[in-house]
Amino acid sequence: MPDQPDRALEDLFQELILDHYRRPRNKGSLEPHTHRVGLTNPSCGDELELDLVVAGDTIADVRFSGRGCSISQASASMMTQLIKGKKVDEARALAERFNEMMHGSAEAARDKALGEARSLVGVAKFPVRVKCALLGWNALEEGTKNSH
Amino acid sequence: MSARAATAAPPSRLRDVRGDFPILRQPANGHRLVYLDSAATSQKPQAVIDAISAYYGGLNANVHRGGYDLAVRATDAYEEARSSLAAFTGAPDSNGVIFVRGTTEGINLIASSLGALKLKRGDTIVVTAMEHHSNLIPWQLQAQARGAEIVMVELTGDGRIDLADYRRAMEKQPRIVAFTHVSNALGTINPVAELVRLAHDAGAVAVVDGAQSAPHMPVDVEALDCDFYVLSGHKMLGPMGIGAVIGKAELLDAMPPYHGGGEMINVVKDTTATYAPLPQKFEAGTPNVEGAIALGAAIGYLRSLGMDAVFAHERELVGYALGKLSAIEGMTIYGPLDERAGVISFTLADIHPHDLATILDHEGVAIRAGHHCTQPLMRRLNVSATARASFYVYNTEEDVDALVAALEKALTLFGLAHA
Repeated sequence: MPDQPDRALEDLFQELILDHYRRPRNKGSLEPHTHRVGLTNPSCGDELELDLVVAGDTIADVRFSGRGCSISQASASMMTQLIKGKKVDEARALAERFNEMMHGSAEAARDKALGEARSLVGVAKFPVRVKCALLGWNALEEGTKNSH
Repeated sequence: MSARAATAAPPSRLRDVRGDFPILRQPANGHRLVYLDSAATSQKPQAVIDAISAYYGGLNANVHRGGYDLAVRATDAYEEARSSLAAFTGAPDSNGVIFVRGTTEGINLIASSLGALKLKRGDTIVVTAMEHHSNLIPWQLQAQARGAEIVMVELTGDGRIDLADYRRAMEKQPRIVAFTHVSNALGTINPVAELVRLAHDAGAVAVVDGAQSAPHMPVDVEALDCDFYVLSGHKMLGPMGIGAVIGKAELLDAMPPYHGGGEMINVVKDTTATYAPLPQKFEAGTPNVEGAIALGAAIGYLRSLGMDAVFAHERELVGYALGKLSAIEGMTIYGPLDERAGVISFTLADIHPHDLATILDHEGVAIRAGHHCTQPLMRRLNVSATARASFYVYNTEEDVDALVAALEKALTLFGLAHA
């Protein structure tokens, strides 16, 4: 029987994160879409494509596709849940908030606006994995940089 | 999946060398450091670390230039390293041993210079689907620059070069055939002598990427009959930034220089120059003298262990590891079960390789996760990444046991452990 895994790892791979990894929400693509952005992480091979339907200034629908680690997939899944129905500017502000949390901001980690994505706070303790958690959010920021 | 232990009795046992590698004494995340990433870079024995210090402490001068004693001794030591490397790889002529930064630079040198000599529009270059990007992109660049075509030989289901497809590729009468001796991602040991013979029968020049074979097994370039064999010092206990192209002198003589500058010239006029004889023709500028000398020390160390014993040790270890790993539920191991060097690529259940690497790191076990600079291969395996454990002289069965225990911990974390 292996020893109990330590706390930081348990936080990193907690049930909610593994649930989003194994049953990603809003997975797939949107046709038609108003925005599509693909990002890859060439150092690790992770790929992610984000489709948005923006109506007026609101994200009416969002889906993502691609493959990668539990952190990149769960983070993208949580993000899509969070931004659907939000105004583009609000979604971009959430991306900024999430970014702050990934870089150790305790204040950002307490911000309930981040919803389930707050469960990813433990990623900040694993600096090499921060880029995984940011992949989907970076796609959002990249894809909407001219739309707000 | 069943695993096979090493069949042949080792010619001689490898002595316990862990004490020679100071880096292995440090803890990793509160555990003993279990270093299983030697396919990326090897750790260094004290003898190599000492050689670097001794060079700067008593021998440093620029080579092939000064007329004073220190410069003569530095040059002698540098050239002695070249001779050691020639002897180590069975090269008949140390003038065909060109020091470069590593395998990547070596293959770029060959591609660029041999490409200029051999390639015309419409010519064919053959590579295989298991090549490291460093034995693919330089050829792509040549093909694009000279209007040549790349033909990629496919692999068998268990990760070997498909010889029927290789023979078909030879029917195109390629000018150049480039392939790896040992796959960095799968550990496959390719039948180099046979592949070279078929390439020569088709009229091609055969280039062998030896980055993963020179460190791990006896190599005799004369017996393999390859035209070029390329290696990296840092993967064979030497320092980073030194490697070698070992080429047939008649080809190197015919090829144009790669880099221009000092040391590679004979007479320089205003608009033209004549070039130095081999090997200086391909060694423009001040070389990595310290690196070459320390690589010489690494070769001395490897020879003292015996390359047969090194190879046997890794075969034994990989057999032990394949047995242990294949017993884990949800384990997929890539590549052949025999004819395999000390590299094991795997995936475990639905746990992504990067997640595995993070969990293993917490247990002090250093492995590689990713595409291993072999994206065409990963595409054929239908994965975006694998986890890779690779072994060398300092690894033990205890290291394999630590790997297995850490993988069990990963299964627990992902809710996949069986009671």
